[in-house]
Amino acid sequence: MRARFYAELDPVLAAHPDVDVVLAVIGAGNLAPVAARHPGRVIDVGIREQAMIGVAGGLALTGRRPIVHTYAPFLVERAYEQLKLDLGHQDVGAILVSIGASFDASTEGRTHQAPADVALVSALPGWTVHVPGHPDEVAAMLHAEAATDRRVYLRLSTGQNRRPWAAPDGRLVTIRPGPPEDPLVLAVGPMLDTVLEATADLRVRVAYTATPHPLDAAGLRSLAGPTPVLAVVEPSLEGTSAAAVAAALADRPSRVVHVGVPRDAELRRYGSAADHAAAHGLDAAGVRRRVEELLGARPGLLAAPGGPDPRAVSPSR
Amino acid sequence: MTTTALAPDRVRDLVARVTGDEKHDPSAHSTLDVVRVLYDRVLHVDPDRPDDPDRDRFVLSKGHGPASTYAVLAARGFFPAAWLDDVASWSSRLGHHPDRTLVPGIEIGSGSLGHGLPLAVGMAIGLRGRSPARVVVLVGDAELDEGSNAEAIQVAGRFGLANLTCVVVDNHSDGYGWPGGIAARFAVEGWTTTDVDNRSDDRLAAALNRRDADRPTAVVVDTTRGSEVVA
Repeated sequence: MRARFYAELDPVLAAHPDVDVVLAVIGAGNLAPVAARHPGRVIDVGIREQAMIGVAGGLALTGRRPIVHTYAPFLVERAYEQLKLDLGHQDVGAILVSIGASFDASTEGRTHQAPADVALVSALPGWTVHVPGHPDEVAAMLHAEAATDRRVYLRLSTGQNRRPWAAPDGRLVTIRPGPPEDPLVLAVGPMLDTVLEATADLRVRVAYTATPHPLDAAGLRSLAGPTPVLAVVEPSLEGTSAAAVAAALADRPSRVVHVGVPRDAELRRYGSAADHAAAHGLDAAGVRRRVEELLGARPGLLAAPGGPDPRAVSPSR
Repeated sequence: MTTTALAPDRVRDLVARVTGDEKHDPSAHSTLDVVRVLYDRVLHVDPDRPDDPDRDRFVLSKGHGPASTYAVLAARGFFPAAWLDDVASWSSRLGHHPDRTLVPGIEIGSGSLGHGLPLAVGMAIGLRGRSPARVVVLVGDAELDEGSNAEAIQVAGRFGLANLTCVVVDNHSDGYGWPGGIAARFAVEGWTTTDVDNRSDDRLAAALNRRDADRPTAVVVDTTRGSEVVA
């Protein structure tokens, strides 16, 4: 996704004369050719993340469309008040594009990890958060958002699905259909393939979104039905979408589990992103355990007869 | 552009309508001379076209002291002077910290210190080569404590933002002071600097109108040397 993002910036800058790119060193080397082709429009402020967001806000106040990029913890956490004031309070927009989602930077340790990023951005008014699951989705989102003046957070990750699924308007997409009374698993962004693997032989439906905020509440209500049994599997902090899901389902009795990066402990280990996914219960085995807990109260749902469900990965969009 | 000079007495009366203080509280007035001279003799702004893309931008970073800016904007006709009489009430567009979306002529919402200069740097980059507009940002000497200002001073200097002026209103309110002087912080980063006080409108205007072809300008205004302006 990161390479695709860099590759798309040249056509985005060519197509949108008002777009500028604001960097704090990260990515500047990769984008040197783009900077050379678009003089003055790739602005590297050095390792100064507060200035990076302030400059983006000032650019937007003069009618520019800034795309701002660095590692998630420095983009969202270090400059959080700047997001709130230099963009939100000024009522101007920007496209923030992060790398280093959750534990992608597993070997770097906690300093380079920010699993709360989606929750933090979603806590501010007027933001749209995209968590793409495929490089093609990144490209589509980047081009579409460059033409708007919205406040957008685009969260890139090293984890990805085999193919793109995202609906252009952020609506929920049904990946594995089934009877409306069957439980629903909502996968966010790059968690989809893991969810499909984890639930291949379970009687559940699977839906997908790459835009967890604002969540497609109408789509969720429609899919979840009158008595929802729902698992939400997110690559970010556990419960990131809990408030939105609760609000969407407030008018009906529901049972919901939220699967994500646990919020109660810091994992002081290095290793691979896959190691971290396993430790956090975000690999296929871990996700399956949580979904089985959800299904446990519904006898007969745990195993579908006759082997793997043929509906798996045969979606109708 | 309005060319009639703003009478200092009239502006002070307008400030008093905001502060409700007939004694001319110094904290409300430390920025008054600078803002008045900016709108008299420096900025190209038109109250009838507050969204003109080529207008000069006055960025009040020191948003906790907006009374003088409100008074000057009212005197210049950006909004009715009656707005000054109920500041921070439920029905007022004017608060103790200004909101750009509510007040014609206010360029940024401010109040939390250390945001105006980075925003002004971004504005200057956005306008450079596209507009004749200049950006003038006002900060306080204590506000310079915020590290975000250090980042912005560095960026503006390295980028050679000739369309940016930073006015530091120095009322010596910073608790630890600035050894070597405030201007030195800007000069070492490549800014053109001027030290001035607020006793003469002419000297203040000359300092604020000064520009350099390839670097930003800092004007440090000591507001503690004289008690009243010589109009």
